[in-house]
Amino acid sequence: MMILSGDPPRSRVLTLVLVVVILALAATPFLFPGAKALNVAAKICVFAALVASYDLLLGYTGSVSFAHTMFYGIGSYAIAIALYGMGPNWAAVATGIVVGLPLAALLALAIGLFSLRVAAIFFAMITLAVASAFQVLASQLSWLTGGEDGRSFQLPELLRPGTVLISKSLFGFEINGRILTFYLVFAVSALMILALLRVVNSPFGRVLQAIRENRFRAEALGFRTVFHLTYANCLAALVAAGAGILNALWLRYAGPDTSLSFSIMLDILLMVVIGGMGTIYGAIIGASIFILAQNYLQSLMGVASKAASEAGLPLLPGLLHPDRWLLWLGLLFIASVYFFPTGVVGRLRNPAGGKGAGSSH
Amino acid sequence: MTELAANDPLPKPKRDIAPVLLPVALALLVIPLIGSTSSWLTLTAASLAMGMMIFIMASGLTLVFGLMDVLNFGHGAFIAVGAYVATLVLAPFAASIQADSLWMNLAVLAPAALLSMAVSGALGLVVERVLILPVYGQHLKQILMTTGGLIVAEQTLYALWGPQIIPMPLPASLRGSFILGDVAIAKYRVLAMLIGLAIFIAIQLVLNRSKLGLLIRAGVENREMVEALGYRIRRLFLGVFMTGSALAGLGGVMWALYREQVHASMSDDLTVLIFIVVIIGGLGSIGGCFIGAILVAMVANYGGFLVPKLALVSNILLMVAILMWRPRGLYAVTSR
Repeated sequence: MMILSGDPPRSRVLTLVLVVVILALAATPFLFPGAKALNVAAKICVFAALVASYDLLLGYTGSVSFAHTMFYGIGSYAIAIALYGMGPNWAAVATGIVVGLPLAALLALAIGLFSLRVAAIFFAMITLAVASAFQVLASQLSWLTGGEDGRSFQLPELLRPGTVLISKSLFGFEINGRILTFYLVFAVSALMILALLRVVNSPFGRVLQAIRENRFRAEALGFRTVFHLTYANCLAALVAAGAGILNALWLRYAGPDTSLSFSIMLDILLMVVIGGMGTIYGAIIGASIFILAQNYLQSLMGVASKAASEAGLPLLPGLLHPDRWLLWLGLLFIASVYFFPTGVVGRLRNPAGGKGAGSSH
Repeated sequence: MTELAANDPLPKPKRDIAPVLLPVALALLVIPLIGSTSSWLTLTAASLAMGMMIFIMASGLTLVFGLMDVLNFGHGAFIAVGAYVATLVLAPFAASIQADSLWMNLAVLAPAALLSMAVSGALGLVVERVLILPVYGQHLKQILMTTGGLIVAEQTLYALWGPQIIPMPLPASLRGSFILGDVAIAKYRVLAMLIGLAIFIAIQLVLNRSKLGLLIRAGVENREMVEALGYRIRRLFLGVFMTGSALAGLGGVMWALYREQVHASMSDDLTVLIFIVVIIGGLGSIGGCFIGAILVAMVANYGGFLVPKLALVSNILLMVAILMWRPRGLYAVTSR
C-alpha cells in the first residue's frame, strides 16, 4: 500500500488487468522473442509514464494542455543532441538529463505563469500556439536538431545490443545491452508513475482536485490556485521530459515525427480519455490498449481493406485502409467521452454507474 | 453618475479606438524599416488580403465562443472541408478555369464557393447537434469532443480524397498583378480584400442594425437575460454556428486558391493562427477579430520581410505583447 500511496486500483478486475499488463511487460524479453514485441513493450512503458503525467494536468486539474509533446520533445532532443555532440558516453547522458529537465520545467513555468494567470480558458489555445511555434522552431534550427531528419546517435557501450552481459549458455536467454535498456525504460517509467501516484494523493493533489471541481471555491478557501496549477504544470512537464529521454534512449533517435508532432499529442489525449481521466492507472490501461491497437489492429485493417476491395465494395477499402485507423480511434474517442467519461478504469471501478459516475467535470 | 432628465438623449457608449489605431501605427512604423515605398505597399496589400482571409475563417469561431461559451477546437475541419468540396466543382471545369475570361472563371468559382459554404454549413449543423449539444456547458468535454471531431473529419477527408496534396490552380484571369507605377499588387489579393471587407461590413450591419444582431449581441453580453425574455437562444446559436461554419468553408476555398493547393493538414496550421487571432481580438468580438487578423497578417508579412528568422515566433510574440497590454484581448466583450 505504501508503494501505491494508499490509492489501490479499487476494483478486482482492474487489479487483475494491471497485474497481467505489468507482468507481461516485465517478462516481454523472455515471453515474446523478437524485436517488434520488445519495441511495443518499451513504447507502452514510455507512453504510460507520458500519459500519466498528462493525466495529472487533464484529469486532476482539469486544464487542457496541447503543449505536452513539446516537453516530451525537449527531453528527447536534449539527450539526442548531447549524445550526438559529445559522443556515446555517460557524461553525455548526464548532460542531456541536466539540461533537458530544467529546460522543460522552466518553459512550463513561463507558460503557466503567463496563461494560467490571464484566464484559464486561454490555456488550451495558448499551449497549442506555443507548441506549434516550438515544432516549427525545432525543424528550422537544423544545425542543432537535424531538422526534419532528426538526430540519430549511438548509446554508451553498456546499452548497445552487441554488449552481451549474460551469455545464452547460462540460462538459455541472452541478456544483452538492448534488454538492459528495456529494463531501464521499464524501471524509470514505473518509478515516474509511482511518483505521480504519490503526488496526486498528497494534500497538494487534493487541492488540484478541488481546483478542478470548483476553482472559485478553492480560491475562496485560501489556496493560491495559480501557484498550484503552475506547479502541477511544471511537474507534468518534468515527467514528460523524462519520458522523452527514455523514448530517445530506446529509439537511439529523436526527430519531429517521433517526439514533437501534433499527432502524438492527439494520441496522448486518446489514451488518457480511453484509459480514464483522473486515475493515473488509466494511463497504463490506455497506453496498452492504444499501442497494441496501433501495432496489431493496423495489420488487421489491412486484411479487411484488401478483402473489401476484392469484393468490389465502394468506399470501404479507403475507410479500412491501415493508415486510416485514427479515424476509427477518433470515433471511439468521441463515443468514450460521451458514454464513458470516466474511461475504462472508471467503468471497472463503478460498473453500475454510467454517465455522471465518478468525477464529473 | 450624472442625473439624466427624461428627454435627454442616452449617453453615447464610449468609443475605444486605440485598437483600431494599432494596425495603422504598425504599418506606418515599418515604412522607414522597409525603406522602399513600393515594397511597403506590396507587403501592406499582402497583409490586408491575408488578414481578410483569416478574418473570414475566424469570425465564426469568435461569435460561437462569445455567444455560447463553446470552444470549438474542430473549427479547422470546416476550413479543410470547404476547400475539398470546392475541388469537386473546380476539377471537372478545369477548362473554364483556365480560360482567360473573368466571367467564365467567376461562373465556376462562385458555385464552387457557394457549394463549399453549403456543405460546411450543413456539417456545422451535424457537429452542433451531435458533438456540442450533449456536452453543453462543459468546457473540458467540449474541447475533447471537438478535437475528436477534428480527427474524424481529417481522416475522413484522407479516406475520401487520398493523402496526396491536390493542386488548385488560380483562374487565369485572377493570376498576375495590377501594376501601378512600380507597385505590383496581385489580382487575387485584391479580390480577397474585397470579399473580406464585404463580409466584415455585412456582419457588422447584421449585428448592429437588425433585430437578429441585437439578440446576438445581447446574448453575448448576458445569455440568461435573453433567455429569460423568451427568446430561444439555442436556435439563435445554431444559426450562428452554421453561419460560422459556412464562413470557415468559404475561407478554406479562398485560402486554398491563395496557396494553390488543398491538403487536409491545412486545417492544423490555420487553427493555430485562428486561435491567436481570436485571443488577440478578445473572445466574442467581431471588431477585435478583424483587427487581430490584420495584425497577425501584418506581423507575418513585415516580419517575414525584415527578419525572416523571427517570423516563426512572431505570432506568439504579438500575442504576448497584446495580452500584456490588455489581458482579455483588444475588446473584452464577454464578462467571462
